[in-house]
Amino acid sequence: RWPEPTDSTDSGGLGPTTPAELVKNYTNYYEFSFNKEDSTELAQRLPTANWTIEIGGEVEKPGHYQLEDILSRQTLREYVYRFRCVEAWSMVVPWVGFPLAELIKWVKPLSGAKFVKFTSVYDPGSMPKQRIDAMLNWPYVEALRIDEAVHPLTILAAGMYGDVLPKQNGAALRLVVPWKYGFKSIKAIVKIELLQRAPMTTWHEFAPSEYGFYANVNPSVPHPRWSQFSERQLGSGFFTPRRQTELYNGYGEQVASLYSDMDLRHFY
Amino acid sequence: MWLRINNAWIAISIGCLLPLFGLLLDIATDNLGSNPIQAIHIRLGDWSLRFLCLTLAITPIQTMTKWRGMADYRQMLGLYAFFYATLHVLGYLFVDHAGEWGVIGIDIIESSYIWFGVIAYVIVLSLAITSPKSAKKRLGKNWKKLHRLIYYAAGAAVIHYFWQLKGNLFQPLFYLTIVVFLLGFRILVWLKNRQLAKLMLPKGRPISLEEND
Repeated sequence: RWPEPTDSTDSGGLGPTTPAELVKNYTNYYEFSFNKEDSTELAQRLPTANWTIEIGGEVEKPGHYQLEDILSRQTLREYVYRFRCVEAWSMVVPWVGFPLAELIKWVKPLSGAKFVKFTSVYDPGSMPKQRIDAMLNWPYVEALRIDEAVHPLTILAAGMYGDVLPKQNGAALRLVVPWKYGFKSIKAIVKIELLQRAPMTTWHEFAPSEYGFYANVNPSVPHPRWSQFSERQLGSGFFTPRRQTELYNGYGEQVASLYSDMDLRHFY
Repeated sequence: MWLRINNAWIAISIGCLLPLFGLLLDIATDNLGSNPIQAIHIRLGDWSLRFLCLTLAITPIQTMTKWRGMADYRQMLGLYAFFYATLHVLGYLFVDHAGEWGVIGIDIIESSYIWFGVIAYVIVLSLAITSPKSAKKRLGKNWKKLHRLIYYAAGAAVIHYFWQLKGNLFQPLFYLTIVVFLLGFRILVWLKNRQLAKLMLPKGRPISLEEND
């Protein structure tokens, strides 16, 4: 059922895809560890079999859905996207998934649905940082405006590199929004709610002046403490210049119209 | 006696270079994870801060143990802090940014955490330049004043560390605790000396306490 991986040297002008081993061993998964290497092993404790997703809020068909049932209704495709972290590094990942719009269409949104809220799994038994209530307010929550959520670039991924999503990379199901900083692309989703109002999101709540609701990749709006002008591409060698970050992570042609009337400095 | 000192000098020098050898070994064996450039950067910054803390620890340890011999090594440890800080800066400029000065300029201007790194490095650099005995002689009293800036360097380095993190503050807090402890020790000594000096004052005569350390 998994699509054949595309030729790794041709990823639509993004350059070569990042070697899978690098992507699997460099994850910000604060539920497990604040260290990108440690979460690789720690995340293996998360039970991901028989994954269920609750869909609720402003929809005609709320309910608890088996991930298998959701996936069996969708055509899984490979989406090769550049993934740009707010920490100024990036990688090119071939995700396997389907457009979030398809799922939203299927549960029939009501006219009042203006935002989509995503909630990550809360499992203090396997997640050490949830157990000690460290740093962020758990569970992790992210959200999109409805027009961002149904944009064809926005996908739910259940795999990468032609295989099932590794646990540290967000199994069983994660969001991928390629024109936003990585923290918007929430992992291990257990709940999706369509809402009338914008919910509070985890990083925005933790440091509102540093992490905005939109978090669109933008080289001309620096983080209050560091520049976003350039990024280190994972897999690039020593003495290789950093890549210059692009507005909307290079997806401006497809998504700039979503923000045409907005002051991007204000809505960071 | 001299032989013993020399042996210690050699042993300590090798000890101070071990982190560099370890790093070179990790580079050679590709053992630095998915983002080796960042790993090198953090490693060198860490060691620079550690040597700065070690340098600051010499005086308190000497005061507590009454073992005078250690002061001889303070200069060397300070120079190793400078050495690792220099590698850290060179790594930033040439390994990470490949000497692209336009991008480096924007990065420094827009990144407030780097400003603290620049402050720390400028101080450590000026202390290294004025480290030789000849410079000490020439600067006279000002030498001590200048070299007290090492506290500011340590403080700026700690801020430089935690100011670039998203929020995991354990390691920078660890260094902050050490720096505060080392500084606190000197403040205690200073207060004690001040009190002693006051007790020794002849009644009714004003006297400046400026010179007390």
